[in-house]
Amino acid sequence: MDPIFSSGDTAWMLISTALVILMTIPGVALFYGGLIRRENVLNTLFLSFITFSIVSILWFIYGYDLAFGADVWGVLGNLTNPFFNGVLESGTLSSYAPTIPTALYAVFQMTFAAITVALISGAIVERMKFSAWLAFVPLWLTLVYIPIAHWVWGGGWLAQMGVLDFAGGIVVHLSSGIAALALVLLVGIRKNAKLLPHHLGYSVIGTGLLWFGWFGFNAGSALGASNLAVSAMIVTNTSAAMGMLTWILMDKLNTGKPTLLGALSGAIAGLATITPAAGYVNVTAAIIIGFVSSIICYYAVSHLKPLIGYDDALDVFGIHGMSGIIGTLATGIFATPLINSAITGGVIAGNPAQLGIQFLAVVSVGLYSFIVTYLLGWVINRTIGLRVEDDHEVQGLDINLHEESGYRLS
Amino acid sequence: MKRIITIIRPDKLEDVKQALEDIGCHGMTVKDVKGRGIQLGITESYRGTDYKVDLLPKTQIEIVAKTEDVDEIVDTITKYAQTGCIGDGKIFISPVEEVIRIRTGERGNKAV
Repeated sequence: MDPIFSSGDTAWMLISTALVILMTIPGVALFYGGLIRRENVLNTLFLSFITFSIVSILWFIYGYDLAFGADVWGVLGNLTNPFFNGVLESGTLSSYAPTIPTALYAVFQMTFAAITVALISGAIVERMKFSAWLAFVPLWLTLVYIPIAHWVWGGGWLAQMGVLDFAGGIVVHLSSGIAALALVLLVGIRKNAKLLPHHLGYSVIGTGLLWFGWFGFNAGSALGASNLAVSAMIVTNTSAAMGMLTWILMDKLNTGKPTLLGALSGAIAGLATITPAAGYVNVTAAIIIGFVSSIICYYAVSHLKPLIGYDDALDVFGIHGMSGIIGTLATGIFATPLINSAITGGVIAGNPAQLGIQFLAVVSVGLYSFIVTYLLGWVINRTIGLRVEDDHEVQGLDINLHEESGYRLS
Repeated sequence: MKRIITIIRPDKLEDVKQALEDIGCHGMTVKDVKGRGIQLGITESYRGTDYKVDLLPKTQIEIVAKTEDVDEIVDTITKYAQTGCIGDGKIFISPVEEVIRIRTGERGNKAV
């Protein structure tokens, strides 16, 4: 691709960036906000909003450079433009997307960083201190997200090996899902660990915004208004729809009745699982990916979670973590150069070595995210403390942590 | 004078209210409450896992009436709140020592 400014590509990437912003605020915020007790609705919404703000600032102080700056030993980017100094002024085109400005690529990537950290909040809602979350967000962004983004997308060691992650199966879903698991093991089980959503209507709106925004997430990752963006959009929608239908089937087979939350969960499983493969696979693969991911995620949240006994409140590991793993491996199987000529493809295209690279990425990123998140959480627990007071948890966090109430209807 | 506390299905409130009005019983206090009887709640399923919901939403109607009107009121409530299924609710009747209308200071049956 010649480094020539394209107003068409720039327009599409501006829209994509806005779409991904919509996914966190208010998409994730509302999706999570509907699923918890009414006494915690504001705190849950707040976690997404505050995360977006913190990441928005830090990304331009040092985040973008460390993730996407010139590679240093395959581990981290070089901090050459702290505070984004000179980047806006120069108006250069991005080396990652040569038809759009560097600054646009940076802000597009910022939205990915923000939603990744916000996703983790679903695991610890209803019981984590707000102050502890305020400390967790910058630490996790810096020590976990930024290195992983560099390894996979910024020219780091996994990128050099040829790992495929189109829009964030490894960087977004696997890293946040595994981090969620590590964090809930430290925070512990809620006093009332039942998932009884107080307002599923919020979750319906949140999921709708996520599905809609996901077109910016996945089709935007084509980095231009191209055929690849169209292809990514179609497989994204196909996988989401298949995921939804499959979860409904699982509900019907296991409990006798289709549930709306199940349908929403299946759609998100389908969306998350197609994410790493979105720019590499065809519709047939997308149908298979949506189908398989929904079944595995269903069993992860309905059987694996009770079996092991951790309290991942809104199933961040069960849905995003599992989807990240399945999608990354599926990319190694189904990726084809017929969709994306920049790659050699996966197992079906005659390149079985790709699956090995994908597997290595799952294991290494999974282990890194788990270990570093656990250490971070441990340090915060020993200093600030992760868990709220018992009576605050019972009465709800809105009134105790924020002096506000979500519902004062009379 | 008697106090009649009635627990009914929320969706039966309008029928019962209208029927009581038709027999001349206007005064009542209505509350949204939660509770359980022999029904012991229901089961809800979220993400493939079943959860027992022990306390169900119900509506409580509180009426203070003249002793001689109680039977008619109870019959009316029973007739209009009944579906025949578990969860229709209950009626509790207890004596009232005194009733005072704050506006006029009237007492007893005149104040009911």
